[in-house]
Amino acid sequence: MAQLARPLVAERSSPALGGIVGAAVMGALSSGLTCGVWSFLAVVIGDVSAALPLGWALFSGAGLGLGLAFFRRGKTSPWTITLFLGLAVGVLWLLLTGLRPLSLGQVRPFWGVTACLLSFLFAAQLTRYGLRDLDLSQPRRDLFETLLLRALRAAGFVFFLSVVIFPFYFMVVSSLKARAALLQNPTYLGIDLTRSLGDLLVGYREVLVTFDFLRYIGNSTFVALATVVITLVLAILGAYAVTRLRFPGRTFMSRAILLIYMFPAIILVIPLYAIFTQLGLRDTLPGLLIVYPATTIPVALYMLRSYFQTLPADLEEAGMIDGCSRLSVIWRITLPLSLPALASVGLYIFMIAWNEFLFAFMFSDNPDIYTLSRGMVALNSQEVPRQFLMAGAVIVTVPIMLIFFFFEKYLVGGLTAGGVKG
Amino acid sequence: MATRLAGNEPPRRKTLAAREARLAYWMLLPTFIIVFAIVLFPVLANFWISFKPVGLADLRAPEPTVRERVREEPEAPGDPVTVRYQLLNRSQDIEVRNVVFTDALPEGLTLTTDEPRCDVSGTELRCDLGNWEGGYREDLELSFTTTNAFFSAAGDDVEGFLEASFEDAEPEVTAQAANILTNLTFTLDNYRRFLGSPEFWPTLRTTLLYTVFGTLGSILLGLFAAQLLNEKFRGQGFLRGLFLFPYVAPVIAVAFAWAFLLDPQSGSVNALGVEFGLLQNSISFLSERTIQLSLFGLPFTLPLALTVVILFEAWRYFPFAFLFILARFQAIPQDMYEAADVDGASPLQKFWWVTLPQLVGILSTLFLLRFIWTFNKFDDIFLLSGGAAGTKTLTIAVYDEAFARADLGAGAAASVVLFVILGVFMVLYFRFAPEGE
Repeated sequence: MAQLARPLVAERSSPALGGIVGAAVMGALSSGLTCGVWSFLAVVIGDVSAALPLGWALFSGAGLGLGLAFFRRGKTSPWTITLFLGLAVGVLWLLLTGLRPLSLGQVRPFWGVTACLLSFLFAAQLTRYGLRDLDLSQPRRDLFETLLLRALRAAGFVFFLSVVIFPFYFMVVSSLKARAALLQNPTYLGIDLTRSLGDLLVGYREVLVTFDFLRYIGNSTFVALATVVITLVLAILGAYAVTRLRFPGRTFMSRAILLIYMFPAIILVIPLYAIFTQLGLRDTLPGLLIVYPATTIPVALYMLRSYFQTLPADLEEAGMIDGCSRLSVIWRITLPLSLPALASVGLYIFMIAWNEFLFAFMFSDNPDIYTLSRGMVALNSQEVPRQFLMAGAVIVTVPIMLIFFFFEKYLVGGLTAGGVKG
Repeated sequence: MATRLAGNEPPRRKTLAAREARLAYWMLLPTFIIVFAIVLFPVLANFWISFKPVGLADLRAPEPTVRERVREEPEAPGDPVTVRYQLLNRSQDIEVRNVVFTDALPEGLTLTTDEPRCDVSGTELRCDLGNWEGGYREDLELSFTTTNAFFSAAGDDVEGFLEASFEDAEPEVTAQAANILTNLTFTLDNYRRFLGSPEFWPTLRTTLLYTVFGTLGSILLGLFAAQLLNEKFRGQGFLRGLFLFPYVAPVIAVAFAWAFLLDPQSGSVNALGVEFGLLQNSISFLSERTIQLSLFGLPFTLPLALTVVILFEAWRYFPFAFLFILARFQAIPQDMYEAADVDGASPLQKFWWVTLPQLVGILSTLFLLRFIWTFNKFDDIFLLSGGAAGTKTLTIAVYDEAFARADLGAGAAASVVLFVILGVFMVLYFRFAPEGE
């Protein structure tokens, strides 16, 4: 309604002062962002020594913004103009710096020339996107707010992507690099692809074979799978009882479950350490297989309980009328209906058990029963090159990431259903 | 098991409700047992241990030892054989009770020493040695006379025979020791030491700073990230998966990666900071307690290592908040925004007046949950900085007391302190948490 009340916008209209300033700021921010990314990547991946003249980048971006503000069709700028302006600013930069932007020592075809043109093209496109659907000739009161939020959004994407990816990227790259190479040039995080595969992967070979990580992979897998099975069996029984059966203390049980999964693991460690040492359970796999399910059952029970509550009880009652016992009702009716939930819970428990550090660290001294987490600590305490440690870190992480990518739907379901401990 | 119990019961004798309750208890029993044994019991045990003088080394059971040595060798029947038994309680402070040892004697020896505690029946020597206090030591010499039967059993090598039958054959010792964990010695020293140490208040302060800022950081980042992905676009699902990476990756891998990234010598963060002119020179982020900064000309001191572990916490757990906030976002009815548009609300006004009120529930739940879990967090700090340089929280203190200083009692006292504070938070949680979230 409000839109209809406004006068129709002319084909070409000169922007008002507010619009001009807004567009210039938007252009400056966009160009600052793309040029920042450009110089960062040039240093980290391109291995060039670069310095970004931030003031000039902002200034050129402001120019881009002004250009886009004056050439507008309706509420956006045409893409041809955008392309042209972006290229023009890029070429201008190259000409003014003698094809050596970012104070590069020599002409670099990719990190100097191509990347320069690309960053300004992106900056132009980003500015155009930031100014979309806005009437610059008759700016609304909230024009600056809208622009600010859009700029924040772009910055947010760059921020989150780099913050999330960078540590993992670093992990992979340093697992492929000898310590000397990293020490010599710590800003260069590219991978030298001219080296042979065997040479690149030497850290992995060492860690897997010499440092026995193959065995630890087996131990971790066994412990995690066994924990999943034990937890699921007990939690299914418990969750079913809490949702479907009436008994005194039922509400108390439901609440107590939640309470337990807020207990910190560290306060369990001292008594369990003392008791397990005296019982001879410390430093054994059964010891770990008692502790892990105990810490995961409450979560699993809670998650399954929420799921069982969504299942209609009628089906089960029909089964009971047909003469099934409770356990066979669970086996034949409830469980087949809850397969997705079981997958969620199972994967989630697997993840917890695989990633578990504290109990593995405290309760195993014998390398034969080390899990991967424990093996990593042992690796860290020896005089082992960082390359090997990072190779170990990649080995610990990759299985979880694979599972996560293949079963993301289930895992996210599990994460949201349980409220997840972490 | 459960079905059989429920199914075979004569149906008329018990009401349906009682049978159902009984079945429920059977189904919950294994869960209850394991949770009780591994979670509840240890929590209670902490209270007990915290009043006991127990060190890490005391966990080995005290063992009385008996060693024997032949002192005198016989040459003809009627000659004496003297055996010395060296009795020792290896533990310096724990009493062992009802020490009894039995030893198999060779044929043809008769006990001549008048020793009321010892008694020979057939070829078995049995000594009932009563209670030994800590560090108890005694040499018990027993003499026997030999008979012909001895020499016929010994043959030519009397010395070898004696050695084989005494010195090489260990006597069997049985005893009861008061278990260090179950005896009735109590002390308040653990609390006195932990609460009275000059580190206690700084630790508490660090814990609170870490918890509050770690929680706020992760929730704010999560809110921001959720806001970014709260629009349909291509690659949204992929980005959502990617944003969860820090949370699902094993802590040991990401903590090491961070530690290496921040390393002062070869860490890339320092090198990049210097390259881009953000840092004058390398900083060792994880081992420097404080750093002087000036913001707009105002100098202030930033607790550096603590800030880094808080940032790590925020980084690792923002996906958790992100996931829940995103789910809540998508449940906000669109017509509320349309109505706000009609009223001419600006984007920020819409966020403030429409979105935030819808998020209050989930944000407060997240705050309480994350607050408690951050308060409980041990692994992250332990792996990143080991509690050094002003990053020692209560959980790290528990570990330090119990294992680094090998004082289980003090560690348990620290656990109790931790648990009591946590208890207060939990009461608040259950007081304020909305039902069903």
